[in-house]
Amino acid sequence: MKRHLLSAADLTRDDAELVLATAQEMRSLADRPIKKLPALRGRTVVNLFFEDSTRTRISFEAAAKRLSADVINFAAKGSSVSKGESLKDTALTLEAMGADAVVVRHPASGAPHRLAHSGWVRSSVVNAGDGTHEHPTQALLDAFTLWQHLGQGTRSGLDGRRVAIVGDVLHSRVARSNALLLQTLGVQVTLVAPPTLLPVGVESWGVETSFDLDAVIPQVDAVMMLRVQAERMNGGFFPTAREYSRRYGLDGRRMATLPDHTIVMHPGPMVRGMEITAEVADSTRSVIVEQVTNGVAVRMAVLYLLLSGMDVEGETAP
Amino acid sequence: MTAYLIKNAEILGGEPTDLLLRDGVIAEIGTSLDAGGADVVDATGLVALPGLVDLHTHLREPGREDAETVETGTRAAAMGGFTAVHAMANTDPVADTAGVVEQVWRLGREAGHCDVYPVGAVTVGLAGQRLAELGAMADSAARVRVFSDDGRCVSDAVLMRRALEYVKAFDGVIAQHAQEPRLTEGAQMNEGELSGRLGLTGWPAVAEEAIIARDCLLAAHVGSRLHVCHVSTAGSVEIVRDAKARLGREGGWDITAEVCPHHLLLTDDLAATYDPIYKVNPPLRTHADVAALRAGLADGTIDVVATDHAPHPHEDKDCEWAAAAFGMLGLETALSIVQETMVDPGLLDWAGVAERMSSAPARIGRVADHGRPLQVGSPAHVVLYDPAVRRTVQAAESASLSRNTPYRGMQLPGRVVATFLRGHATVLDGKLTSQ
Amino acid sequence: MGAQPAPEAPTTGRVVLDARDITRALTRISHEILERNKGAADLVLLGIPRRGVPLAHRIAERITSVEGHDVPVGSLDITMYRDDLRMKPARALLPTQIPAGGIDGKVVVLVDDVLFSGRTIRAALDALNDLGRPTAVRLAVLVDRGHRELPIRADFVGKNLPTSLVERVRVTLEGIDDTDAVTIQGTGSDA
Repeated sequence: MKRHLLSAADLTRDDAELVLATAQEMRSLADRPIKKLPALRGRTVVNLFFEDSTRTRISFEAAAKRLSADVINFAAKGSSVSKGESLKDTALTLEAMGADAVVVRHPASGAPHRLAHSGWVRSSVVNAGDGTHEHPTQALLDAFTLWQHLGQGTRSGLDGRRVAIVGDVLHSRVARSNALLLQTLGVQVTLVAPPTLLPVGVESWGVETSFDLDAVIPQVDAVMMLRVQAERMNGGFFPTAREYSRRYGLDGRRMATLPDHTIVMHPGPMVRGMEITAEVADSTRSVIVEQVTNGVAVRMAVLYLLLSGMDVEGETAP
Repeated sequence: MTAYLIKNAEILGGEPTDLLLRDGVIAEIGTSLDAGGADVVDATGLVALPGLVDLHTHLREPGREDAETVETGTRAAAMGGFTAVHAMANTDPVADTAGVVEQVWRLGREAGHCDVYPVGAVTVGLAGQRLAELGAMADSAARVRVFSDDGRCVSDAVLMRRALEYVKAFDGVIAQHAQEPRLTEGAQMNEGELSGRLGLTGWPAVAEEAIIARDCLLAAHVGSRLHVCHVSTAGSVEIVRDAKARLGREGGWDITAEVCPHHLLLTDDLAATYDPIYKVNPPLRTHADVAALRAGLADGTIDVVATDHAPHPHEDKDCEWAAAAFGMLGLETALSIVQETMVDPGLLDWAGVAERMSSAPARIGRVADHGRPLQVGSPAHVVLYDPAVRRTVQAAESASLSRNTPYRGMQLPGRVVATFLRGHATVLDGKLTSQ
Repeated sequence: MGAQPAPEAPTTGRVVLDARDITRALTRISHEILERNKGAADLVLLGIPRRGVPLAHRIAERITSVEGHDVPVGSLDITMYRDDLRMKPARALLPTQIPAGGIDGKVVVLVDDVLFSGRTIRAALDALNDLGRPTAVRLAVLVDRGHRELPIRADFVGKNLPTSLVERVRVTLEGIDDTDAVTIQGTGSDA
C-alpha cells in the first residue's frame, strides 16, 4: 500500500483485499476478553476534523485505541476559507506534536491531498472525507460489509456482483469512493439518481447510470442509499422532497421487488422518510448497524497497514 | 540622454539591420550605421520587436502591496519585454474614480520601468449595480479608455448595454470578464470529467460563452466597442469568429478578444495535483480548447495576447484549493510561451507576434504612443529577444513581488535581452538597468 | 502485497529430517505431552501460523488416536505482537482461532516449526495474555536451532539442530508445501 490513503483509487485489488482480510481478523477482536492489540503502541494518531462528524471521528478513535495508539482529537473550527487557522498552520502544529498519522476530515476537496504532498507533514495521511471528493474508508467498510454478506469464503468474492448506489451522487464523496473501490473489486456498479444529481463526465467512470430506480433494483445484490440533504432542494436539484422520495426513495413497496438475498446499505446519517423509510431501515435486509461495527475493524486494518511498517524506507509494500 | 546603436537586430525576424535610438525615437535604420557616440548593443541573432503592450495586468496597488506594487509589477513587465501595461481596476480601493486612476498612473510614471495605463472600473466598487464615473476617468490625467470590472462580470444586461453606449462618448471600450455568475457559483475548475472526479465544483464553458454571445449582440445593437477578456474555450472562439464575420457585413461596431499565455499552454488536468498554483479565472481548460485558442489567435479571431498577470502572496496559494486565490504570474513568461505555442509550431511569425502583443493591444487601448512599427520616427519602444536559448523558469528569480508562476521548473524557449522605453534601456543583458 | 506466502520450493540444501523422521518426532512429542500432562484433559493446542498450525493438528490427531477423544486445536497469530513491527513492511494478518472452550484454566501447548531467537514465542505469550489465563503454557517445536536471544526454552523438541547464524533452516510440510522435510541451507555446514 501507499503511505497515504487519500483516494479509493490509491488501492490496487491486492491492497483492497489485504485490507478486507485484515479487517476480518480485526473484527474477531470484538469476541475476545481484551479488545486491544499492541500493534501501534507508542504511535500517535491525530484526528483532524475541520468538519463535524462525530460518528466518523469516534470510529477512527476507537480503531486507533484498539491498536494501542495514542489518539489526539483536533477539532479545527473554521477552515481557512473562513479565515480561521489555516490548514498549513494546523499541519505544522501536528507535525511538532509528532503525529505518525493524521486522519483528516475537511470541507475542501483535495485538502488531504495537499496535506500529504505539500511537505507540511511527514506523517501518513488518511482521508476521512474531503468536500465532495472521496471518503475511502467508508468505501472500504461498505466493501467489507458486502464481502461478508455476498462474497466470503471465495478469493474473488465480489466479482460480478451488482450494486446500485442511489441518490445525490453529485455531492457524495461516498459514491465516488465506492464507485472506484467496488469496481476494483470486480463489482458492477450502477449509479441511480435524477439527472441533476449525476456529475458531469460520469460516463467515463466505467459505471452504469440510470434515472429509473424501479428498473434497477430487481437486478442488484445490494442497494446503497445516499443521504440527500434538504438544501439540495433549495439549490433546485429537484422540485420537492416528496417528489424525490417518490422517485428515488427506498420504501416497503420497492423493497418488495428486491431479490431475496439483496441487502440494503446506508452510510449514515439517514434522513428517514426522504431517501429511506423507517420500515426499510429497520428491516432484516438492512445492514446499516453492521456497517458501523465494520467501520471500526476496517479503520483498524487501514491504520495498522499504513503505520506498522512506517520506519521502512519508501512505501510499505514488499 | 544615452543614445543606443543596436547592431544586427532581426526586425520581426528579418535580415540583420542596425537601429539607432536617439532622443526617444528611432532615429535611423540601416546597415552599418555609425555609432557616433551612442552605446552599441550587439543584437546579432536577436529578434527586434516593438515594445510589448499588455491589455490585462494586475499591479495590485493600491491595497495589496504585499502581492505586487506598481514598482515591482512594472519591473516584471520590463523584464518580459513590455513597454506599456494596462493596470486592472480591482484594487482596494477600486479604481472607479479619477482620483484612484490618477494615483496609479502617477505611480507608473515615477517607477519608470514601463508606461502604466490604468483601467477604470465599469461599475462602482465592481459591484455591478451602477456605472462608475467613466467620463471623469476618461478626462483625468490617466486618460482612461479601457473599462473593466475584471474579476467580476458585468452580468446585468441593461447595465452592460448602458456601459457600452456610454463609453462611445470618449471612444472607450468595455473589456468584459465573461462569466455568468449563477452558472459559476462556487466554481473551482473547468467543468468536465475531471471536475466530477476531483469533487471540485465545475466551471462550465457555457458560462463564458453565453455572456460573450450576449455581449456581441449587445455591442452590435448599440454600435459600440467590446473587448472580450481572456477567452478560454473553443466555443468562445467560435462565437467571436462568427461575430467578426457579421461585423464585416454590417459594420459600425467593433469586437476584439484576448487570450492569456497560460490558456495557450496549460490544461485542466493539472488540477489533479490539487496544487492551487494552477487555480486561475477563467480556469485552465482542455487540450481541445487549447488547440482552438491557438488556431483563433493564428487566424486573427483573437486579436491580442494579454497576460492577466495576477500576483498573489505565498499564503494565498500555500493552502487547500478551495481556499486559494485565483490567478498566476504572466508578464515575464508571456513572450516565451507565445514562442513555444505559436511561433515554433509555425502558427504565427514574428510580425504576427508584434501585431498580437504590441500593435493590436495599443490600438484597442487607444494608446497612440505604443505599438508603432519599428521605423524611423516611431517612439523608441523596442524589445530584443533571443529565441535560440532555452531556460528553466525559477520562481525565485522573478522581478515580481510574488512567486505564483505555474511554469516554475519548466523549460521554456527564448529570453528578453533588452527592453527600450522611449529610447531608454529598462533591461539590458537580460537584467533590469535600475537595480 | 496481500498474496499468501508461496509454498517453499523443493529444497536444495542438506536434508536433516525427512518425512519419516518428522512423523516419528511428532509421535514422540505427542506421547511426551500426554505423559507430562498425565493425559489429554484440559489440553489446548495452538499452532503459530503458518507451519505451526498443521503441526498442531498432526499432534492432535496422534493424541486423539491414543486417548480416544478430540483435543481442541486452534491457531494463534502473533503478528500484532511482534517487536519488529516498525522495522518491517506491514504484514498480512494470519488467522487466530481459539477453540470454543477458550483457554482459561487450560494447559496450552504452543506449537511452532522452528525455535530460534525466541522472539516469536515471546510475542505468542503476550498474545495469550490478552486471550485468557491458562493454568500452564508449554512449547512444542519441531526443530530447535539454538541462538536464543530471550530466556525461553521448549518443553518438547523434535530435534535439536546446532546451526550457524548464516545458515537457513527450512521446514516444508504437506498441505502448505509439497513434501515433509527439514533442510539446512547456506555456507559452512557442509564443509
